[in-house]
Amino acid sequence: MNQIPEVIRTIPLNYYLFFSTALFAIGVIGVLTRRNAIVVFMCVELMLNAVNLLLTAFASYRADANGQVFVFFIMAVAAAEVCVGLAIIVMTYRNIRSTDVQLLNYLKW
Amino acid sequence: MMTALLLFWPALAGILVLLIKGKGAKTVAFVAALVEFAFALFAVSGFDTLSAHAQFALNLPWIESAGIRFSIGMDGISLLMVLLTTFLIPLIVLSSFKHEYRSPNVFYALILFMQTGLIGVFVALDAFLFYFFWEVALIPVYFIAAIWGGANRVPVTFKFFVYTIFGSLFMLAAFVYLYFQTPGSHSSDVNTFYQLPLDAATQSWIFWFLFVAFAIKMPVFPFHTWQPDTYTESPPQASMLLAGIMLKMGIYGVIRWLLPVVPLGVSQWDELVLILAIIGIVYGSVIAIRQHDLKRLIAYSSFAHVGLIAAGIFTLNEQGLQGGVIQMLSHGINVVGLFFIIDIIFSRTQTREINNLGGITQTTPALSIFFMILMLGSIALPLTNGFVGEFLLLSGVFQYNNWFGGIAGLTIILGAVYMLRMFQGVMFGTKTANTDNFTDLTLNEKAVLIPLVIMVFWIGLFPNTFLSISEPAVGNLLNIINR
Amino acid sequence: MQEIVMPINKQEMALLCLLIPLLPLLGFILNGLGNRKLSKGIVRIVGCSTVLASFLIAVYLFFDFTANGSQPYIADFYNWISVGTLEIGFTFLIDQLTLLMLLMVTGIGFLIHVYSAGYMNHDEGFGKFFAFLNLFMFSMLLLVMGSNYVLMFVGWEGVGLCSYLLIGFWNTNTSYNNAAKKAFIMNRIGDLGFLLGIFLIFITFGSVSYQQVFLEASNYTGVDTPVMITITLLLFVGAMGKSAQIPLFTWLPDAMAGPTPVSALIHAATMVTAGIYMVLRSNVLYVLAPTTLEIIAIIGVATALVAATIGLAQNDIKKVLAYSTVSQLGYMFLALGVMAFSSSIFHVLTHAFFKALLFLGAGSVIHAMSNEQDIRYMGGLRKALPITFITFLIGTLAISGIPPFAGFFSKDELLAYTYHHNKIMWALGVITSFMTAFYMFRLLFLTFFGEFRGTDAQRSHLHESPASMTAPLVILAILSTVGGFIGMPEIFGAEHVLGNYLSPIFNFARRANGPAIEPVQLDHATEYLLMAVSVGVAVIAIIIAYVMYISKRTVPASEDQRLSPVHNLIYHKYYIDEIYNTLFVLPLMWLSSIFYKVLDTIVVDGIVNGLGKFVMVSGRTMRYAQSGAIGFYVMMMVFSIVLILFLNFFI
Repeated sequence: MNQIPEVIRTIPLNYYLFFSTALFAIGVIGVLTRRNAIVVFMCVELMLNAVNLLLTAFASYRADANGQVFVFFIMAVAAAEVCVGLAIIVMTYRNIRSTDVQLLNYLKW
Repeated sequence: MMTALLLFWPALAGILVLLIKGKGAKTVAFVAALVEFAFALFAVSGFDTLSAHAQFALNLPWIESAGIRFSIGMDGISLLMVLLTTFLIPLIVLSSFKHEYRSPNVFYALILFMQTGLIGVFVALDAFLFYFFWEVALIPVYFIAAIWGGANRVPVTFKFFVYTIFGSLFMLAAFVYLYFQTPGSHSSDVNTFYQLPLDAATQSWIFWFLFVAFAIKMPVFPFHTWQPDTYTESPPQASMLLAGIMLKMGIYGVIRWLLPVVPLGVSQWDELVLILAIIGIVYGSVIAIRQHDLKRLIAYSSFAHVGLIAAGIFTLNEQGLQGGVIQMLSHGINVVGLFFIIDIIFSRTQTREINNLGGITQTTPALSIFFMILMLGSIALPLTNGFVGEFLLLSGVFQYNNWFGGIAGLTIILGAVYMLRMFQGVMFGTKTANTDNFTDLTLNEKAVLIPLVIMVFWIGLFPNTFLSISEPAVGNLLNIINR
Repeated sequence: MQEIVMPINKQEMALLCLLIPLLPLLGFILNGLGNRKLSKGIVRIVGCSTVLASFLIAVYLFFDFTANGSQPYIADFYNWISVGTLEIGFTFLIDQLTLLMLLMVTGIGFLIHVYSAGYMNHDEGFGKFFAFLNLFMFSMLLLVMGSNYVLMFVGWEGVGLCSYLLIGFWNTNTSYNNAAKKAFIMNRIGDLGFLLGIFLIFITFGSVSYQQVFLEASNYTGVDTPVMITITLLLFVGAMGKSAQIPLFTWLPDAMAGPTPVSALIHAATMVTAGIYMVLRSNVLYVLAPTTLEIIAIIGVATALVAATIGLAQNDIKKVLAYSTVSQLGYMFLALGVMAFSSSIFHVLTHAFFKALLFLGAGSVIHAMSNEQDIRYMGGLRKALPITFITFLIGTLAISGIPPFAGFFSKDELLAYTYHHNKIMWALGVITSFMTAFYMFRLLFLTFFGEFRGTDAQRSHLHESPASMTAPLVILAILSTVGGFIGMPEIFGAEHVLGNYLSPIFNFARRANGPAIEPVQLDHATEYLLMAVSVGVAVIAIIIAYVMYISKRTVPASEDQRLSPVHNLIYHKYYIDEIYNTLFVLPLMWLSSIFYKVLDTIVVDGIVNGLGKFVMVSGRTMRYAQSGAIGFYVMMMVFSIVLILFLNFFI
């Protein structure tokens, strides 16, 4: 059975680059345009995953495990982030009956 | 070890005082300060007045990896400054006995903490240690002024704090730069700094970085505007601390950390500094003539006197430097005495306006005598302390440049103008509603003033007692500068 | 080459020398601290006996000095200030000049102390007064005994302080206080000059002690070098302040606010002559700067003339005497300026006698008149105050230069020197002499002759002063009569005792610039003529005064009467006080306000506060970017990242 890195290497690196760029851009646009906090949140995750994918691809192309280790860290942090983030969203929903980020502009000046 | 004892004793005592609730705090603080003075006298007795080097030195690792060491010790100049500090602090504590400050334990603990900071400044032989104590000394006095001060205290002390911190940052930057210029694994020792081979252009900007910090503290024209407000708004004890001891930090800083470190920078800019200082002398004196708030008047006069000290020190001749050292002592003694007398007058009449005062001398022979002596000391009448300092300083400035000497000498005339005007307005003439029931000094007040007056005459009659202590150190300093 | 006798160190005399100033200091401390506790009797004894003791010691020193071959010596006490090459010892120098001044200061000082014991008897500040007088004696003695310029300066400032304290003695009175303040500040203006002179002496000669400075100076080559002129001029500025010369003379008349014994002791007999002492002490420096001497002579004669004209129109008995003091001091400086050094000190001495006498006499009159000082309200006092009258008359004759009274010899001698030096100055000096005789006799006639013009209450109160006041008057009157014989001119076949005695102190000067101070040789005919002229003008002045104030019974105009313009001008002292006020005081006050209100508060502090405000304002503006909308933040972030990437890759 082929090693996973070898499987990854069957696809040219450029494709990964284009794909993650696309994913990242979708994430960015999502964050910028959507109002629903949960969707914004998912878009952030999308950006994180785009980076994860790229890290994995580079790691296997360069035969360097560090990249993959990084991915694990990012996933762990992202999970923690989701916990906190979702909790915040739930709390704000309880308070203002909405998850619209545009309404959350009290933190200024 | 002596130095370390002198340095940490007030801090330890301060912690002790902090724990005492109620009225006992002032007594404990006073006793602690007296003990500290006894330590200082003991240090004087063991001091070798012929040596120019730092004595009672202690050199311990502090931030070992960076080559920064806890290095303290006293040469003649430091010793005199320590002596001044330890002499004045008990009197300052004693002078507050008639006031009932709220949370006295905090008040007196802060004074003692400040003493540690001040002594630290005077004994530090490591640049970063110096900087550390420089800032440490600022914090207690900020709180004293900001908590127990007058009506307008918060903005005024804030300005004072930010102003001085702003200056110190330049000093820190200069120190960091110098530190990185030291050879090998770097060191911030004072002697290493003295030996740095820097070119003139570098010294020139380092000069300004250091000078700004010291000039704000002293203060030298035009960095002085924090001073009158702060002195006026602070409680009397803070004014005494600030004017009596703290501004000597700036002058001491110049002597220890500016002149020998960047001699080439000094030789480029000394003329400008002298001009600024002399402008300060005339400017401060002229302003003092029309002041009607006693504290503000003394603040401007102090500013003028310090201008003369600064001018004398930058002449880099022996008369100027020795005069500067002796005048630091004299000025500390006189200004503390004058602030205390203002405090006495204020606590009896609730006013510091000259126009509301008058005729006090009719019922107060003792106060009149003390006030007169301190005033005469301050206008440099011969055989009082002020004369020795001003004579040497003016002689130094005159040797530097005859015209400068002549203009700086105006302080002799203008000083008499504003001081006599103040004295006449407060003490002479007819009584006013405020001064009608003015009582003479209490025993406690005399206890503060008598040591001060003794020192006025001691320095005036036997200045060599003190000049001989600082002479080797000043000579050594001049050797380093002229190397 | 003149042989110079250098002072030797004579430590065995140190204690005695030290006691001279120390005893009055002790008196000051005792009377000062015991101000309100000691009884008047004790105060009187302490105050007078300390000065008497000093006087006796001075007398002993004098005889000891002459007995031991007039060898000057120094008494070294301790090293006062030493910094680098600057060594200032607390050291006394005893030589001819010092001893002369010592005798004069302590002798006249003692008489005035005795007088004060009577005069101030009713004053509640009796103890304070004696304390200050003793402090004055201490300072004045330091001034004349010190063996270096700095010690002289110590005494110099000390007497200024005492003058301040004593002028403002009755300190509830604001105008007295202002007079005191004015005296101190004007003196300080002079002191600054003196101080700078000391610095320049130190730079030039490397020392401030007399022996070394004079020794260096006597080897100095070149006359009228800029540095010598500067030194001497600076020192002379000091003398101007202390000895009330133009332009710093206005404080002295105002100083009459003090009690009368003070006016006699400080502002007539001793302190104001400190300037002459200083110039005389530095004679070697001055002979090296003839230009300065010329300036001194001009200022001296101008002061003499101006003050005399003002004196013509004054109605306050003490003011007249004050202006006459200024005028006489002008004479002394004129004498210095024409290098008649010993004539100058001769005049100092005789002036001390007769001016102290006149002031004390005036004090006696004021005492009798219940503090009335205006001569328009006096008159006919000669019957009520016989001793005062006779002694006052002697003083007046002495100051007017009528032989054989003391003033004649000294004034004549200095005028003879002046004649030799410059005829115009001599003429002005004679005119001054004329005016002096006139206003002094005007004073005498208005006070002691004619009808009494005061109130009935004053008339009933008129009495001769107590013995403690008249005794000094009598002694001073005797001195004013015979004092002149110590300086008899040669043509009378007598020896000039004073001149010969003082001669050694000019040895340095002879060596430095010998020809300049050769004694003037006038032929006898000229000398007799000069004497006749000066006596003649004095007599004419007396006759005019007699005609005006006794025959015609003129009484000076009262305040509300209009005066002729010239009279008005001199009555108001040429408006000099007003001019100074406009030229110096007001601008200084104005400058102070401008500095404080505009420069300090608005400009300097404005910049500082401006920096603070700039931070505040920029913070306030920038905070609007903090809208709180997350979308906006993210968008800014993305834009910024894109911008950075763009800049990074394409630029």
